Amino acid sequence: MTADPFRITLRRRYRSERIFFLTLRLAALLIGLVMLEIFGYIFVNGYRAISWEFLTTPPSDSMTKGGIMPAIVGTFYLTVGAVAFALPIGVACAVYLTEYARQGTFVRLLRIGINCLAGVPSVVFGLFGLGFFVVFLKFGSSILSGALTLGALILPTIITAAEEAIKAVPQTFREASLALGVSKWRTVSRIVLPTALPGILTGSILGIGRAAGETAPIMFTAAAFFTARLPSSIFDEVMALPYHVYVLATAGTAIEETRPLQYGTVLVLAALVAGINLFAVLIRGYMRRGKRW
Amino acid sequence: MKRQAIERIIHGLLAAVAFTAVAILAMIVLFLFREGLPVFREVSVRGFLFGHEWYPTYDPPSYGIWPLIVASVAVTTLSCLIAVPFGILFAVYVAEAAPPAVKGVLKAVMELLAGLPSVVLGFFGMVVIAPLLQETFDLPTGLNIANASLILSIMAVPTIASISEDALYAVPREFKEASYALGATRYETIVRVVIPAALSGISAAVILGMSRAIGETMVVLMVAGGAAALPTSIFDPARPMTASIAAEMGEAPYKSGHYHALFATGIVLFFLTLAFNLVANYISHRFKEVGSATL
Repeated sequence: MTADPFRITLRRRYRSERIFFLTLRLAALLIGLVMLEIFGYIFVNGYRAISWEFLTTPPSDSMTKGGIMPAIVGTFYLTVGAVAFALPIGVACAVYLTEYARQGTFVRLLRIGINCLAGVPSVVFGLFGLGFFVVFLKFGSSILSGALTLGALILPTIITAAEEAIKAVPQTFREASLALGVSKWRTVSRIVLPTALPGILTGSILGIGRAAGETAPIMFTAAAFFTARLPSSIFDEVMALPYHVYVLATAGTAIEETRPLQYGTVLVLAALVAGINLFAVLIRGYMRRGKRW
Repeated sequence: MKRQAIERIIHGLLAAVAFTAVAILAMIVLFLFREGLPVFREVSVRGFLFGHEWYPTYDPPSYGIWPLIVASVAVTTLSCLIAVPFGILFAVYVAEAAPPAVKGVLKAVMELLAGLPSVVLGFFGMVVIAPLLQETFDLPTGLNIANASLILSIMAVPTIASISEDALYAVPREFKEASYALGATRYETIVRVVIPAALSGISAAVILGMSRAIGETMVVLMVAGGAAALPTSIFDPARPMTASIAAEMGEAPYKSGHYHALFATGIVLFFLTLAFNLVANYISHRFKEVGSATL
């Protein structure tokens, strides 16, 4: 049987199709494996270091023994402070952009500003925090300076999430409220915001996850190499989990000896951040499914 | 009447608060310049940007950040060479080819990877990749450009993949249907129709990924090796701008030339990433309207 040219081309076309999809699958598989390797490695090496004592005692013997409790507490204060600063501003900003603003130069300026802020490298936020909060406002290296710097860093994340959540509230809700003679602000505060709350929360949880994992912004604004006692005011320096990982891994005198502590700290940090993110994703998925309008 | 007055006040207040983001950006620029510009009393702009010697603690000091810029560009370029193909292939797989169950898992993988703190990845580079590189290539140190690029590419893949994926989803279904109707295979449809239609979004994703990589600090601080000399091979240790700022700021005496030089490095970094972001923004807005209605 003579070869049918059409059939040959077709066969060739199907061959490229198979190769293409195989490549796609391999790429996805490889990325999945890399992630498994990273998380697996961290878990396998880290879980032995984790104990109740590790989580509840401060480091001792110049960081070669003991736990990471002050770092956990410090990270907690810093992230809570950052969200307390960024959440109200972020939500107000989102409300303005979605409910009040009319398209124009001012709104364009705001949008460009938010976009650019989202792209500023974290170490530049650190420089800003050092120049402004630590030196200019004389807050010193403190929880306050670090939390405000982290707050500025997560502001764009929170604005974007809040905006999406508010936009997802059906227009009919607003119309019904306005038709009853309710003022615009009451409509926003009593109808729109409560409906958008789950989405806003997801955004702020993602913000918490981001703030908890950042190192560069707090290096010069809040983080201490070692503090024996817990902070007593917002003007105290604190230890923080990400900075502690960096310090243990690079600046110790006995880097090899402290490896177990390092793995333990890395596992706590990675699990904390992954847990926070997973939580946010789950809430989001749940809320999307649960919608009845 | 009273209600309208309250409404107006609230409107004004919200506008003022909304301005915070822009105000913070302006303050960042202001303070970078305030603390950075004094270095130019000691060194010319040209000498600062293109000087080959970064010896900020010597007497007399020399503030040339060219080796730092080269290091930043080297790790960024190399990491994108790895991350761009993987990021795009991954996005195409998730958007066009993966079965629904696999898709859900892969999206979760992306989110987890995107959320992994950079210091954790830096640590992974130090304890896993560095010994591996050192043994495989018989190097004096495994902390070098290659290692940093590898780890940075792991960080850039989620950025590139998730933004590309959005762009691929935004391609109107009619495009694909038209292509299938003409007898094209799925491969031909994806490569000749879907990807070209999403190209602006994919380009924006790549540029944003590069911008992230240039600005990333902890990874390069921990695994790039830290040598402030011009690198000659990808297995040389290097000191990108971000690493230099993070490593030296703690030791630079307040208001010294070194302190100002680090802020000035921050200015360079800020405007570099700003340019990347604006270009990405422009591309994705300018070429967005490819919907069926415009044809």
